[in-house]
Amino acid sequence: MAIDRETVLHVARLARLDLRADEVDRLTDELGAILDAVSKVAELDLADVPPTSHPLDLVNVWDDDEPIPSLSLDEVFANAPEREGDLFRVPPTHGHEETA
Amino acid sequence: MIDTLRLTAEEALGLLERGEVSAADLHGAYTAAAEERNDELHAYLRLVDYDGGAGVPIALKDVISTKGVETTAGSKILAGYTPVFDSTVAARVRAAGLPVIGKTNTDEFAMGSSTENSAYGPSRNPWDPTRVPGGSGGGTSAAVSGGLAPWGLGSDTGGSIKQPSALCGNVGLRPTYGTVSRYGIVAFASSLDQIGPVGKTVRDVALLYSIIAGRDPHDSTTVKMPEHVHLPASETLDGLRIGIPRQMWDLTAIEPGVRASFEAAIETARSLGAEIGECDLPLSFDYGMPCYYLIAPAEASSNLARYDGVRYGPRVDAPTYREMVERTRDAGFGDEPKRRIMLGTYALSAGYYDAYYGQAQRVRTLLIHEHREALEQFDVLATPTSPTVAFPIGDKASDPLAMYACDVMTIPSCLAGLPGLNIPSGLSEGLPVGLQLIGRQFGENTLFRAGHALEQAIGFDGVPERLR
Repeated sequence: MAIDRETVLHVARLARLDLRADEVDRLTDELGAILDAVSKVAELDLADVPPTSHPLDLVNVWDDDEPIPSLSLDEVFANAPEREGDLFRVPPTHGHEETA
Repeated sequence: MIDTLRLTAEEALGLLERGEVSAADLHGAYTAAAEERNDELHAYLRLVDYDGGAGVPIALKDVISTKGVETTAGSKILAGYTPVFDSTVAARVRAAGLPVIGKTNTDEFAMGSSTENSAYGPSRNPWDPTRVPGGSGGGTSAAVSGGLAPWGLGSDTGGSIKQPSALCGNVGLRPTYGTVSRYGIVAFASSLDQIGPVGKTVRDVALLYSIIAGRDPHDSTTVKMPEHVHLPASETLDGLRIGIPRQMWDLTAIEPGVRASFEAAIETARSLGAEIGECDLPLSFDYGMPCYYLIAPAEASSNLARYDGVRYGPRVDAPTYREMVERTRDAGFGDEPKRRIMLGTYALSAGYYDAYYGQAQRVRTLLIHEHREALEQFDVLATPTSPTVAFPIGDKASDPLAMYACDVMTIPSCLAGLPGLNIPSGLSEGLPVGLQLIGRQFGENTLFRAGHALEQAIGFDGVPERLR
C-alpha cells in the first residue's frame, strides 16, 4: 500500500521528528514497502479473536505501600541539558510557534 | 595464563574457589584480551575498571543501566548519559560479585539484526571480521566468542539474544516473559523485551539465569518463579518429545548448510533418546513477521517519545520548545529508530489503529494458541535459529525488509512469551549454525536439559578457527 509524502509529513509531526527533505523522500518509499509487507495481517478474519496486549495472564499486582528512598534532586538533574534551580529549563512553549 | 577463548564461566569459578586465580586477575585477563582484540571486533563500546567483586567477570549490553557508567543503547541521543541508578539486573550481577568488564555494542535501541544500526559503528564476527555478529546483541556475542568475556547479558525483543548467539557460535537464552526484571533497561517494545544470558555453555547460561531471574518489586510484569533453576547434568534425552514445525521445511530462505546442520542435530537428538515428531505452526510462519513489525514499532514509538532533550541526553537548541524537541530527535535518532517510530506512530494513528495495531494484537492471540497446542504434544520445539550463517557487513544494511527477515524463526515464540535457547549445532562454510529450542512458559529447565545433552553430544568447538 502506498503512503504519500503528505502522510509522512503528518506522521513526522505527530512523532515530533523534524525530518530533512531527503529523509522524507526515503521514508516515503521505505514505509510504503514495509506497510505492504505488514498489511498481510489484514488477510485474516479475526473479528471474534480477542487482542493480546501482554503474554502473561497477570491482572493486578499488589505490593505493600512502603516508602522507599527516592533519588536526590542533584541526581535527578545530573543528566539534564539545562537546569534552573529545581526545574528543567526549556525554550518558551509559546511565542511565534506555529500550531500543529 | 588464563585462556580467555576457552575458559568457561564454570571453570573460572572453579579457579576462583580453589584460589588459583583472583577475581582481579580474571578481570584483568579479559580486559587485556579486549585491549588486544576490541579494535578489530568492536564488541565493547567502553571498558569498566575492576570494582572489587569476587566473582567471574561479565559483559553487559549497553541497554542495561549501570550506575556511574555511560549507557547509550547504541544511540547518539543518549551520548554521555550516565545513569544515577543501577538496573535490577546490573544490581543483581553486582550483588553476586560479578565485576563488569565493559558495556557491549548493540544496534541502536536494540533495533536490528547485525549491529550495523549502532550509531557507534558495527561489531564484527570473531569467526570472520568481514561479517556481522548478528544483532542486536552482536557486541555481547562477539565478546563471548572472541574471548573478551566469559559470559554476558543481552536483551531480546524479537531475537536479539538468540540470533547473534547463532551467528557467533555461543549459547543464548531468551527467558520466559516475566522472569527477569526490565527495571532500568532502555525500553524498546515492552510487551516483548526480555533480558537474558549469553555464554559458552548451557550450564554457564543456566547459572547466570539463576542469578538474574525472579520477581522484582520495581517491575510489576515480573512473576514469582514457579521452580528453581537446575544446572543440567543428564546426557540423555530419554522421553523428551521434540516437535519440528512442518512449515519450516517450506522456508526457502533457509540455506542448505543451515538445513543440513539442523537435520544432523535432530538425528543426534534421536540417538540420545528423544522422540521426534512434527507440529503445526502455520500462522507463526506466515503472519509472525508482519505481526511483530506492527506491535514492536507501535510500542517503540511510544517508548521512544521520552527522548525529548528535556531531562537527559544532548539537546539541539531552538527558539521554541517544540522545535527544540523535533530537532533534538531528528539529530539524535538514527535511520532505524526513525523508521520504527514513523511506522509505529502511523500504525497507532487515528483511522489506522484497528486495521494495523488492533489486528496484529489479534494475530498475536492466535500465535499464542498455536504454540500452546504444539507444546501440549511436545516438550520442546526445534528450528534453526537463523535461516543463514553470518552475512557480510553491508549485505542487508540498505534493505530494511531483508534485515527484518533474519528473525523469521525467532519472532513467533517471542510474541507468544515463550523461552528460547540457541545452541551451536555445527558449521556451514566455516561459520557457526544455531539450533533454536523453544520451551513452554517457565520451561527453562527443560530447555537447559535438552540443550546440555545436545551440546555434549555435538561437541562443537566454540573457539573461532582463526583464533585457535
